[in-house]
Amino acid sequence: MSEFDHDHNDHPGVSRRKVLECMTWAGTGVLWTISGGVPRSLGLVGSAQAAEPAGLTFLQISDSHVGFDKPANPNALGTLEEAIAKIRTMPMKPSFMIHTGDITHLSKAAEFDNADRIISQAKLDVHYVPGEHDFLDEEVKFYKDRYGKGSKGAGWYSFDANGVHFIGLVNVVDLKAGGLGNLGAEQLEWLEDDLKGKSKSTPIVVFAHIPLWTVYPQWGWGTEDGARALDYLKGYGSVTVLNGHIHQVMQKVEGNVTFHTARSTAFPQPTPGTAPSPGPMKVEDSKLRSMLGVASINFKQGTQPLAIIDTPLAG
Amino acid sequence: MMHVTLRSLGKLAIAAMFSMCLGGAHACAEDTAITIDNFTFSPAELTLKVGTTVTWTNHDDIPHTIVSAGKFRSKTLDTDNSFSFTFTAAGDYKYFCSLHPHMTGTIKVE
Repeated sequence: MSEFDHDHNDHPGVSRRKVLECMTWAGTGVLWTISGGVPRSLGLVGSAQAAEPAGLTFLQISDSHVGFDKPANPNALGTLEEAIAKIRTMPMKPSFMIHTGDITHLSKAAEFDNADRIISQAKLDVHYVPGEHDFLDEEVKFYKDRYGKGSKGAGWYSFDANGVHFIGLVNVVDLKAGGLGNLGAEQLEWLEDDLKGKSKSTPIVVFAHIPLWTVYPQWGWGTEDGARALDYLKGYGSVTVLNGHIHQVMQKVEGNVTFHTARSTAFPQPTPGTAPSPGPMKVEDSKLRSMLGVASINFKQGTQPLAIIDTPLAG
Repeated sequence: MMHVTLRSLGKLAIAAMFSMCLGGAHACAEDTAITIDNFTFSPAELTLKVGTTVTWTNHDDIPHTIVSAGKFRSKTLDTDNSFSFTFTAAGDYKYFCSLHPHMTGTIKVE
């Protein structure tokens, strides 16, 4: 088991080396903690956790693709089960979990049932946003029936926890030919409205399936109107954007905004441009679990620099 | 009696196929296949005769769709699933995968 404990300077001067270093991680999930508006992420296990962070701690998992059974991972349900088992052994229980989409592979009822059965074993509240793989059923209702309660439009919503404002966005519907992920005018309007009255010192966590920033447009890894959403978040002291979709850890710090993508619990995808397509990447069986993972986040009072840790299912 | 009727129907059907092909001197439409490999339609551009049926087959390990706004829309195609559409009117048909919109193709029907 290996873990990663990279501290990031929260200011714009973050070094290129640091960022690149972080881009090499791969993992099961991220444990996040928020303190004084500054999100830190801690490993699921190991030294970072032993530090007993105060404040709000939550977990991110992503891209479980329940139902996927192709060579890149013939048992995606099994690796999700391993990730959840790992979460259950955490010495410090996170407050809740977010799932950044692609819960299922083909939106079949049985896939949603299996995902629920396994994820509920973590015994944590889970806040979901959908991936494009969760809207494939004929009537496009399975996801919304299960997870859409209290949400607007295609499933966006916000909530508050420990003084942190969480915003779940949907950027996987109504995609335009030749384009990227899409939020749409209605959702952007809602977002602007949702932020009204929030003081600029309120820490904000935005989570959505497809990266809100442009990672690699040639593979569709970005959100067409993501910049408009980020415009509304200007002026806030601390903004953390958590995404999935690309099945690998990437991180970028830009001014007040920290962007982070989580690993999949199902299968890895190639680094941008290193393969003919973003399809599932077949790696040696012995390597697979080092490329799947979860992430944890801890928000603490104080002015410590941002740290994010992703933990793979196995080192 | 029944036997004879079926035979006649079969002959009629064959005749109908021929008449379609002979409708114009070069208008005999042959069915065409488009494959999806590595998130790419191949060929991405095609020129066809009216009446041609195109069948798309997904060879990726990830599902795709084939959508031409207002014209046709496939169900989600899992690995090795196919979708067919017969082009009965001339025109330019732009289509894309609604899950991975950077995947696009064009069919020109004459």
